[in-house]
Amino acid sequence: MSQPLSILQCNDVTVEFDGFKAIQGMSLTLAKGELRFLIGPNGAGKTTMLDVICGKVRPSTGQVTFNGDIDITRKKEHQIAELGIGRKFQAPSIFPSMTVLENLEIALRQRRGVFATLFARLQAEEQKRMKRQLEMIGLADQEDSRAGGLSHGEKQWLEIGMMLLQEPDILLLDEPVAGMTDKETDKTGELLQEIARERSIVVVEHDMEFVRSFASKVTVMHEGKLLKEGTMEDVQRDDRVAEVYLGKRRDADASRSTA
Amino acid sequence: MAGYAAAAVALFAAPMFLSDFRLNLLAKFLAFAIVALGLDLIWGYTGILSLGHGIFFGIGAYAMAMYLKLEASGGRLPDFMGWSGLKELPLFWQPFSSFGFAVAMGIVMPALLALFLGFFTFRNRIRGVYFTILTQALVIITTTLLVGQQAFTGGTNGVTGFSKILGASLASPDTKRMLYFVTVLVLIAVFVACRYIVGSRFGKVLRAIRDGENRVRFIGYNPAMYQMVIFTLSAAFAGIAGMLFVLHVGIISPSMMGIVPSIEMVLWVAIGGRGTLIGAAMGAVLLNWAKSEFSTSYPEGWTYFLGAMFVIVVVFLPNGLTGLLGKIKLGKKRRVTKNEPTIEYPAM
Ligand SMILES: Nc1ncnc2c1ncn2[C@@H]1O[C@H](COP(=O)(O)OP(=O)(O)OP(=O)(O)O)[C@@H](O)[C@H]1O
Ligand SMILES: [Mg+2]
Repeated sequence: MSQPLSILQCNDVTVEFDGFKAIQGMSLTLAKGELRFLIGPNGAGKTTMLDVICGKVRPSTGQVTFNGDIDITRKKEHQIAELGIGRKFQAPSIFPSMTVLENLEIALRQRRGVFATLFARLQAEEQKRMKRQLEMIGLADQEDSRAGGLSHGEKQWLEIGMMLLQEPDILLLDEPVAGMTDKETDKTGELLQEIARERSIVVVEHDMEFVRSFASKVTVMHEGKLLKEGTMEDVQRDDRVAEVYLGKRRDADASRSTA
Repeated sequence: MAGYAAAAVALFAAPMFLSDFRLNLLAKFLAFAIVALGLDLIWGYTGILSLGHGIFFGIGAYAMAMYLKLEASGGRLPDFMGWSGLKELPLFWQPFSSFGFAVAMGIVMPALLALFLGFFTFRNRIRGVYFTILTQALVIITTTLLVGQQAFTGGTNGVTGFSKILGASLASPDTKRMLYFVTVLVLIAVFVACRYIVGSRFGKVLRAIRDGENRVRFIGYNPAMYQMVIFTLSAAFAGIAGMLFVLHVGIISPSMMGIVPSIEMVLWVAIGGRGTLIGAAMGAVLLNWAKSEFSTSYPEGWTYFLGAMFVIVVVFLPNGLTGLLGKIKLGKKRRVTKNEPTIEYPAM
C-alpha cells in the first residue's frame, strides 16, 4: 500500500488566549478511516483542538498537516472545509430560517463560488443523495419544515446530515450525542460506525458509556496536554487518568447537563 | 403569479387614469421601489444593514444630473460653475456630455464604491453595527465633500435647471410619460433579477449567511465574496434608481441623499416587510404616497408618523406589513404550526 497511513497530523500544537495556554504542545495523528475519541475533563482543550484543525483558531506554534503535505494552519476556514474537513459544533448550528431541505442543499458537496451557486440547478443525482440522507437522519417527513422549529435532537441530526453531504475526509464532531435521548444516542453510534468505514472521525465526548461501546482508540487530554492514548481499557487502567478524570467526573457530569 | 401580472398591467395602465402630476409622483415612488429592492437583498436576505444607500442613490442621481446639466447648458459653462468663478468645464465633467457614459457611470460608480467599502469590511469580518456605522460615515464624508466642492458639484443647492434629455423636452407630458414607462420597465427588470437571485442557490447561501455567517464558512463558502457581490449589486440598483429619480424630479442635492433619506430607505423596507421582495417594493411606494398626502395636510406630522410606524413594526411586526398579511391569510386557512416555514421569512 503506497497511500499514507495518516490523514491528519498535529505536531506540538500550542494555542494561547491572551497569554493563557489552552493547548500546550499537543500532538495527534489520525489514520485514514479511523474513529477516534477525544476525552478529558472540562477545560482540557478538546474543543480548542478541533478549532485548530478546522481553522477557527490559529495555533501560536506547531504544525497541522492534512493528507501528508498540506499545511492547514495557513488556510482560511472555508478553504479547510473545501479540502475535506467537516466540523460539527457543540451547540447545534443549522440555519434556522431555512427549511431542512434547503439546509441540506447548500451543504451538498459542490462548487461553492458565487457564480457557481448563482447558476446551479439541483441535479437529479443531488436530489437522490439528499433524499437518502433525509431517510438516514430520520427527517424525511419534515423536509419542508423550518429547521429552527426542529427539536434539539433533530437539529443535531440535521447537522450531521449536512456534514455527511459535504463528503469530508475528516469529520470533527463535538459532543454529538449531548442532549439526545438514549434511542437517538444509539442511532448516532450506529451511524458513526458506518461512516468510519470510509472516513476518519474525531469525536469529542463526555458520555463514557457511549465511548465504551466502541472498540476505538481514545485520546485523553488534560490541561491542554496529551495525557494518555490507547484503547478504552488502557485508558481506564491508567492511574493518572483516573486521578484527573474520575476526580473531576462530578464537575463534568454537572456541566454536561447544562451544555 | 397572477398577482404580479395584475400589478404590471396596473402600472402600464396608470397613465390613463392619473393626472400628469400624479403620474410624476408615482414614477418617483417606483424609482424608490428599486432602491428598496436592492436594500432588501442586502438587509432582508443577507442580514447586513446599510444606512448608506442614500449615497449610492445620490451618485447615480448626480451622474445623470451632470449629463442633463451639460445638455441644458448647450456648450456653455453650467451656471453654478460661473458663479463660483470657474472659467472652464472641469476635466471630469467633460465625458458626461455623453448620455451613454453618464448612464454607465450612474451604475458603475456606486457599484465600485460599494465594492471598495465591502472589500475592506467584509474581508476583515467587520459586520453588524460596525458595518452600519461605517456606511453612515460614508454618507457624511460624501455629502460633506459634495457641499464643500461647490464649484464642481453645485454645493448645497445641488444640480438643477435641466431642459432636455436626448433632445426631447423634459417639460413635455409625452417625455414624462415615456420616462414613466422606462421606470416601470426598469423596476420590473430589477424585480425579476432579484427574484431569480433570491430563488437561486446563491440566494440560499445569502440567507444562510444571515442565519449564521460562521457556520457558512465551515461548510466551505467564503461569506465575504457573497457579501461583496450582493452589496455591490444592491448599490448598483440604488444608482439606477437615482438616475431615474433625477429625471422625474429635476434636481439632486446633498440633502436628498444624506443621513435622513438613507434611514428612510431602510424604513420603507422594514415597514413593507424585509425578506420579501414585494413587501420592500410596496413599502417604498405606500410610504412615499402616504408621505406626500400627509405632508400637504400636516407638514410636521410626517416625521412623527414615520417614527411611530417604525416602532410599531419593530415591536409588533418584525416582518412588516407583508408579514402581517401573511399571518392573517394563514390564520384563515389553517392553524399555524410552529414549523410553518412561511411565517418568519416567506420566500417571496
Ligand atoms: N476564545 C477563548 N478565549 C479565552 N479562553 C478560551 C477560549 N476558548 C477556550 N478557552 C479556554 O481554554 C480552555 C480549553 O477550553 P475548551 O473549550 O477547549 O475545553 P473543552 O475540553 O472543550 O471543555 P468542555 O468539556 O467543557 O467542552 C478553557 O480553560 C477555556 O476557558
Ligand atoms: Mg468543549
